[in-house]
Amino acid sequence: MALAWAGYDGSGGFELVESVPWIPTLGVGYKVGLDGVSLPLAAMTALLFLVSIAYPVDLRGRARQYFAALLFLEAASLGVFLALDLFLFYVFFDVSLVGMYFLIAVWGHGDSQRSALKFFLYTLAGSLAMLLAILGLYLSSEPRTFDMAELIRQQPLDGDGLRAALVFLGFAVGLGVKTPLVPVHTWLPPAHVDAPGPASAILAGVLLKMGTYGYVRILLSMMPQTYERFALPLAIVATVSIVYGALVSLAQTNLKRLVAYSSVNHMGYVILGISAAAAAGVDGDARAASLALSGATLEMVAHGLITGALFLLAGSVWSRAETYELDELGGLAGRAPAMTGAVVLAAFASLGLPGLAGFVAEFQIFAGTFAIYPAVAAVALVGLVITAALFLRMIQRAFLGALPERWASWPELSRTETLALAPVLALIVLIGVAPAWVLDVIDTTASQLVGR
Amino acid sequence: MGGALFLLTAAALASGRPPRGFYALFTVITAVLAMVGSALAWGRVTDPARGAYSAIGDAIMVDGFSVFFGIVITVAIALAALLADDYLRREGLDGPELYVLMLLSGTGGLVMAMANDLIVVFLGLETLSIALYVMAGFQLRRLESQESAIKYFVLGSFSSAFLLYGIALVYGATGSTNFSRIADFLADNLLAANGLLLAGFALLLVGLGFKVAAVPFHVWTPDVYQGAPTPVTAFLASASKAAGFAALLRVFLSTFDLYRLDWRPIMWVLAVLTLVVGSFLAVVQTDVKRMLAYSSISHAGFVLVGAEAASDRGLAGALFYLLAYTFMVVGSFGVATLVGRRGDADHSLPAYRGLSQRRPLLALAFTVFLLAQAGVPLTSGFLAKFYVIGAAVEAESYALALIAMISAVVSAFVYLRITVAMYMTVEEGDDAAAALPFVRVPPAAALSLGIALVFTVVVGLVPSPVVDFARDALPVLVSAGP
Repeated sequence: MALAWAGYDGSGGFELVESVPWIPTLGVGYKVGLDGVSLPLAAMTALLFLVSIAYPVDLRGRARQYFAALLFLEAASLGVFLALDLFLFYVFFDVSLVGMYFLIAVWGHGDSQRSALKFFLYTLAGSLAMLLAILGLYLSSEPRTFDMAELIRQQPLDGDGLRAALVFLGFAVGLGVKTPLVPVHTWLPPAHVDAPGPASAILAGVLLKMGTYGYVRILLSMMPQTYERFALPLAIVATVSIVYGALVSLAQTNLKRLVAYSSVNHMGYVILGISAAAAAGVDGDARAASLALSGATLEMVAHGLITGALFLLAGSVWSRAETYELDELGGLAGRAPAMTGAVVLAAFASLGLPGLAGFVAEFQIFAGTFAIYPAVAAVALVGLVITAALFLRMIQRAFLGALPERWASWPELSRTETLALAPVLALIVLIGVAPAWVLDVIDTTASQLVGR
Repeated sequence: MGGALFLLTAAALASGRPPRGFYALFTVITAVLAMVGSALAWGRVTDPARGAYSAIGDAIMVDGFSVFFGIVITVAIALAALLADDYLRREGLDGPELYVLMLLSGTGGLVMAMANDLIVVFLGLETLSIALYVMAGFQLRRLESQESAIKYFVLGSFSSAFLLYGIALVYGATGSTNFSRIADFLADNLLAANGLLLAGFALLLVGLGFKVAAVPFHVWTPDVYQGAPTPVTAFLASASKAAGFAALLRVFLSTFDLYRLDWRPIMWVLAVLTLVVGSFLAVVQTDVKRMLAYSSISHAGFVLVGAEAASDRGLAGALFYLLAYTFMVVGSFGVATLVGRRGDADHSLPAYRGLSQRRPLLALAFTVFLLAQAGVPLTSGFLAKFYVIGAAVEAESYALALIAMISAVVSAFVYLRITVAMYMTVEEGDDAAAALPFVRVPPAAALSLGIALVFTVVVGLVPSPVVDFARDALPVLVSAGP
């Protein structure tokens, strides 16, 4: 990945493209490559997988199968971000479900089989909706192709009324389930709660990004005019996600559920940023749109790192206490200062403290969105306030106060855990203090996408 | 060359009694030879200079379509025979009879696939079915097996009667039972009152719909699939269904192509019912064989989705689906054969618990078959679904495509239930775990499963050759007959 970063020269188009015909009859090719949006995401994915694989977890005596599933999932996830062929994108998108399903079902805890099943069925339904949309797009292209670069050039469904709307809806719903946006988010909390720590880190950090990445890669790139028509409703749905996710999260007493709902909230920001960029459209405020879009992309990366770290830490809590209930924890700061420090850092980044990664991203999103949808952005700001409250409350209840008797011998983070978390936390700070190196890469593509 | 298939299979019946223990091998060799014959015929048929041809007074048509189904059916025979080998010895039923019946029934299937005349379709159907009635009741000591044979026989006879009546009505309306001549007649004459023809359509659809287990003609399927010896079930679900579809597709998609406005709505309703009933009823089953039976019904629905599109793409999709499905379903029932053990009675879901610990490879193979049936990418099942649904979208049957998608999700639930059971950890000291005996995997069955597994995965990864094969296998219907 570092190599890919070095080889990327910033023209904004697809680079490092590798293409092999796969099913020529159907116009399907194995075509992968990178641009400014996918490069940071793919790099983040690779890092998060590395960390998760290194992170200690209860293997239930099936080490080989566990690591096989993780590596399989990593291949699928990188495939999604690198694919430049819609068919290939779908294949990787769907196959990632299988890997995650087994991770949750076999190595999860609690009612994990039920949660895994719910996760699989929900997201499969979403994928199939997207498959219909892909077919719709494919059949409207002339000559028929699944090649993304070609589809972006052709813009096959521009101005085509009902069909464009249906295809758009298929993508929006299909990707929205994965994201998840509010009406279709209910699979997320149980899946997160019952998954083992590293798996939920990947679920939140990587798999959710597939949905938002699809919004940029497919909807914004291939059918911008249709997106422009639907930008306002989507922005409103995103705002509902933001506020609802934050409020529900505030009411949780379970550490993982709390972080899970805060993901709903954060992914809402991403969709809001993308929709605002789409609304600016062809003749809108290109600067604001570009700002919102690169903010949204950075938010994907930042949220991946932050929430990944939080879920890994939650996994550590589970491996020590077998509980996520905040009420049963408390006062851990005295026993485990390093662990507390890591949680505090990640939580502050998540609530958008300046100097950390989350702030840069959210600032950009809001700066862009205010220029385009001032009213929506104002409502969404409420989400920021609630997020701050909920994370502070979480820290207070779990780590401050009196230490319960039973945790008197609470172990500190082990060396493996510390080593695994260190690069993630370091990146959160680095992006927060000096974001330019990532933003420059993202901007190359973001400005092109909205400057059309 | 197509006749060679027929002769080869017939020769298997006449060639006396090979040494004990080699029946299965013999059957497989016969099937493989027939397959090679088909492959040669394929070269002949796709040669543009020669093309398809008809034989035996226009009653038999050898074209890409029939060769395609020839290969599907012979594959099913070979795989099922491999499964049956150990099964019969395990049950103490070893002998040539089942193989003879299987070949006989397969011959019937081949005749159906090659038929160019409604009467020949009927002949093939009866040859196929009568052998199958006996096969379903082959497990003499099991009451369920007997029951399923009787049930299959009674309902099957009814459906044959429907088919025959349908043939009579179509003959009445068009003056011929030959496909080419019917098509010519329909092209030349506009029927003022076509009630007779439409009634004929309906009855033909009932008869063939029974064979492919389309709802509402499916009621026999779960009982028969459950009661029949499991290798027979595998054969029933693959070869018999493929043969039924061969006739269905040829009759409707090409012969009655002009009347597609009349039969497409009926096909639409059938497809929707089949998809929905198959997938939803599978959810409430507790017996794995019954689950697979209902899921095979919903697969029939997917093939009907391809048929409903009434286009070359839809037809190619349906063919691809059937080929991919044959391997998946034989593999699935093959696993069920092994897990069912002696007596072939224990197919309840708990019997599969902890299979991944006892037999990791078997569990992995079953998982792949189930995921393929669920339509997960990188397996043949995904491309099959992709293909037929693509055809449906192209034909603007959006509602049907959507229903197919929903039922795919519902069936995925069923497959996952079985998978979960297999991968569920059996705690040590669990009484149920101690009671689970060892599952033996004999080499012949392992070979059969291995072939099915390799096909499912390889076609999932490199589908091009098979996609092209299915695309080129369109029926040549209106021949240059006299």
